[in-house]
Amino acid sequence: MHHHPETLIYDLAEIARQIRLDVLEMVYRRKAGHPGGSFSCAEMLAALYFHHLKIDPTQPDWPARDRFLLSKGHAAAALYSTLARRGFFPVEDLERWGHLGAHLQGHPDRIKTPGVEMSSGFLGHGLSVAVGLSLAQRLKPPHYHTYVLMSDGCMQSGVAWEGALAAAKYRTSELTVLMDYNDVQLDGAAHDIMPLEPLIDKWHAFGFTVLEINGHNIRQILDALDTALEIHSTPVVILAHTTKGKGVSFMENTAKWHGAVPNDEEFAQALAELKGYRV
Amino acid sequence: MSEIPQRQAYGIALADYGERNPDVVVLDADVSSSTLTKFFADRYPDRFFNMGVTEASMVDVGAGLALGGAIPFVNTFAALLTLRACEQIRTCVAYARTNVKLIGGYAGLSDYKDGPTHFATNDVALMRAMPNLLVVAPSDNVEAARMVPLIAEHDGPVYMRISRAAVPDVFDETHTVELGKGVTVLPGSDVTIIGSGSMVGRCVQAASALAKENISARVLAIHTIKPLDVELIHQAAQETGALVTAEDHSVLGGLGSAVAEAVGSCYPVPIEFIGICDTFAETGLDTESLMDASGLGVADIVAAAYRALQRKR
Repeated sequence: MHHHPETLIYDLAEIARQIRLDVLEMVYRRKAGHPGGSFSCAEMLAALYFHHLKIDPTQPDWPARDRFLLSKGHAAAALYSTLARRGFFPVEDLERWGHLGAHLQGHPDRIKTPGVEMSSGFLGHGLSVAVGLSLAQRLKPPHYHTYVLMSDGCMQSGVAWEGALAAAKYRTSELTVLMDYNDVQLDGAAHDIMPLEPLIDKWHAFGFTVLEINGHNIRQILDALDTALEIHSTPVVILAHTTKGKGVSFMENTAKWHGAVPNDEEFAQALAELKGYRV
Repeated sequence: MSEIPQRQAYGIALADYGERNPDVVVLDADVSSSTLTKFFADRYPDRFFNMGVTEASMVDVGAGLALGGAIPFVNTFAALLTLRACEQIRTCVAYARTNVKLIGGYAGLSDYKDGPTHFATNDVALMRAMPNLLVVAPSDNVEAARMVPLIAEHDGPVYMRISRAAVPDVFDETHTVELGKGVTVLPGSDVTIIGSGSMVGRCVQAASALAKENISARVLAIHTIKPLDVELIHQAAQETGALVTAEDHSVLGGLGSAVAEAVGSCYPVPIEFIGICDTFAETGLDTESLMDASGLGVADIVAAAYRALQRKR
């Protein structure tokens, strides 16, 4: 089995905490954004960008870099924090998220923001784009791996399942889906709004290898990312069970915090909880 | 009339260009035997991806291929491509400015036998409203073939519509094409007829009919509807004082609208619009007679020219 030292796990957990703190401040400052779905993917972003991905922030266009696509574009704040903390652009830029003339748009914009591989916003595109990247690197080396972070909302869209058909046809083992399965969407619980279950069966039926993990357990995330690279016969989905709003008690598992802004008291409480949070 | 359908000219040109440019890849949505991308598929099977009836995903896969440095030509019927995959085109091609070449086959009424579901009569309007996207409608087979390398080598997304049918020959093999530059097919001083796609040949025929009545009609072929050759159109408005636009497309939002927008602010002159008048049209027995019955006939262009001349000050 893969060996990941305890210090690495600890460091990545601290980065995930920093991402949440950044997101909280960004949403509070801008009076707009999506805290719930940003918090649910913080550990996965930390594990990818601060350990697993082959990237070089000084060369965002390095041809052999791994590609990461945020299909759930509403987690833009989490991605922006991650990219800034990883060195793609100054952390101070986060303060100008959504300002006129700033490079940080409401949802990710690949033209404007260094490190953003693909523009996104409306749900479901990422898997098909990842299939295209996987096919491209077969024809035009250097080879790389493509990661796509999808939400349960993404998986309600037809285009995502069309992409799954294509991934199966072309056996794009060069791509790994991370599914942030927090089971909460804008209007309520995903299992009420438009159920996805039995989701593992569906991914299997579409030709994917499924690795099921706790999406907040960094060791499980790292192990699954390593395992996915050893599977060469099928594309892989890491089905990560997560908690929407993870880390702030009153935000956890509530649709309200999909796209809500904390007031002063809520901000203070959330800040205190995130600073005191221990993995 | 050309010996081969425009789609065949495109299919042959694409397959030939594939040999010169190894970055070109082709995607089709289970209609490669109709769009004739099968010519490319037969020669370069490793660079051809048949995506089945997944138009929306196909456009996104094309965007991914472009991000990976390939030059994807993404093909299906124009109506399917621009309607079913409209949001994918907006978000992942136009907004993300990916180097995707969107090729809409069966443009206008050219799929006469399959009827209104298959007609593409608002694709230009939709694609023209997409920032970053070039919109191209070649006038004949020569232009269709010339466009393949031009749009492949243009750095940015392009939408090109191609007729299913044979279209009138307008240009000979010496014709040179430059993206964004309209072509003066015939000189003239009384009125200017501005056509795109399969209507250009009909515009030339209308000009001949008008010449017999001693009316001097200029004919412009606009293969690049966006960006429009505003200079050429301003000049025509200024020098002839009356315009007729002709397109195998709805009069709402296509070439005619683009021309009206262009002259409205500088040289407002009478304009008459030949196109599909806000209907779905109907199934026909062949493309030419269907076009005639749908208000796209040579006689319709001639009548429009007279109306424009009457309104001319």
